[in-house]
Amino acid sequence: MRRIGNIAVFGAVVRRDLTLALRQKSEVLTTLFFFAIVASLFPLGIGPESALLHRIAPGILWVGALLAAMLSLQRMFATDFADGSLEQMALSPVPLGVLVAGKIFAHWLLAGLPLVLMAPVLGLQFDLDGRSLAILAASLLLGTPILSLIGAIGAALTLGVRGGGVLLSLLTLPLYIPTLIFGAGAVEADAVGLSASGHLALLAALLSLAVFFAPWATTAALRIGLE
Amino acid sequence: MLEGIQLACVRGERTLFSQLSFIVREGEPLLVQGANGAGKTSLLRMLCGLTLPAAGEVHWDGTPIGELGDAFRQDLLYLGHHNAIQESLTARENIKASAALSGVALEDAEASEALRHIGLRGREDLPTRFLSQGQKRRVALARLMWNKALLWVLDEPFVALDTAALGLLAGTIAGHLARGGLAVITSHQEVAIAGMPAQILDLSS
Repeated sequence: MRRIGNIAVFGAVVRRDLTLALRQKSEVLTTLFFFAIVASLFPLGIGPESALLHRIAPGILWVGALLAAMLSLQRMFATDFADGSLEQMALSPVPLGVLVAGKIFAHWLLAGLPLVLMAPVLGLQFDLDGRSLAILAASLLLGTPILSLIGAIGAALTLGVRGGGVLLSLLTLPLYIPTLIFGAGAVEADAVGLSASGHLALLAALLSLAVFFAPWATTAALRIGLE
Repeated sequence: MLEGIQLACVRGERTLFSQLSFIVREGEPLLVQGANGAGKTSLLRMLCGLTLPAAGEVHWDGTPIGELGDAFRQDLLYLGHHNAIQESLTARENIKASAALSGVALEDAEASEALRHIGLRGREDLPTRFLSQGQKRRVALARLMWNKALLWVLDEPFVALDTAALGLLAGTIAGHLARGGLAVITSHQEVAIAGMPAQILDLSS
C-alpha cells in the first residue's frame, strides 16, 4: 500500500473506465454503429450525384460525429452517481478535477477517437480525395475532445434529473456550434482552394480553452449535483 | 476531534433538526439514532462536507472543514447507503479501483488480504453482480480493512450482514477506536462495540 500522485490516479481512472466499457461492449459499439449508419444513409438517400455529395460530406460527417458523441454523454457520470462511486470521488483526498479529467479522457478514447479513425473510411462514400480525408481526420482529432469536454459539463449539470437526456442535448448542442463550424469549415476551405490551417488553429484554440475550463466547471456542477 | 456546532438541516420546508451540537473525540464513537427520515444520513453527509448545513459549522480539530478541503478528506472515510462498487468488475478490481480513487495503490496481495479478512476468500475474481447483497456489502466494507483514515463516518454499516460479519465489523470498528480513531455511526440495530463507552445522539427527540 502506497500513496500515488495525481498522474497515477488519472491513469487509474482511465484504466477503470476502459475496463468497465470493455465489459459492456454494446454501449461503445452503439455509438460507432450509429455514426456509421447515419453517415451511410445520406449517400443512399441523395443518390449518386458525386458533386453534391462532395459538397455536403464534411458537414454530414461532422454532424454525425457530433450526434454519436452526444449519445454516450449521459452515461459519463450516471452509473457512478447511481452506485455511490461519485460520492466517494467527491470525498477523495485527490482533487475531484483530476478524477473528472480522467473520466473525460476515457470518454474521448471510447467515443471520440474511434470516430476520428472511422471518418476517413466513411468519407470514401462521399468521394472525398485523400487530402480532404486527412484534413477531416485532423479536424475531428482536434474537435472530438472538445465535444467530450463540453459534454461533461452538460452531463454533470443534468445529473439525476428526470428526462435528463433531452435536457442534456438542449444544453450542449448549442455549445457545440463553434466546433462544428470550424471543423466542417476546415475541409470546405481546403476544397475551394483556401488554407485549412486557420480553421484548425481556431479548433486548437477552442480545445485549449475547453481543456482549461471544462474540468473545473464539471467539478463545480458535480458538487452541486451531489448535494 | 470532530465538532458539530449549532447544526441545522432543512429539507424542503421541513426542519429536520436545528441547534444540534456535539463533539466526537478519539476512541469514543458517536452513535446517531432516530426514526426513518429523522435526518441521520443528512447529518452524516454534512459531517463529510457533501451537503452544506442550513446553519452552523462542522469543525475538524478546530478548523471549519470547508477551509481544510483536501486535507480534511485525507483523514476521512465515508461509507454511504450505496456500496460504490461496479457490478461488472470483480471484487478485487473493485477494491483496487476504489483505493486508486482515493490516491492509494493496492497490490494484488493486499487486496486479497483485505477480502480474506472480510470473509470473501475464493470470491475475489467473480464479477460482483454474482454476489449476494450481503457479500456486496462486504466488498464495500473491505475498504475499512486497509484504510488508515482517522475519521470513519459509517451510514448503516450493519445492514444486510450476517451474524459473523456483524461481529467482524464491530471488532474492526473497536480496533479502529482503540488505535485512537474517531467514528460516527448510524444504525437501527443495537450493536455493542466491545468495551467502548459510546455517545448517543438521538435525532427524534
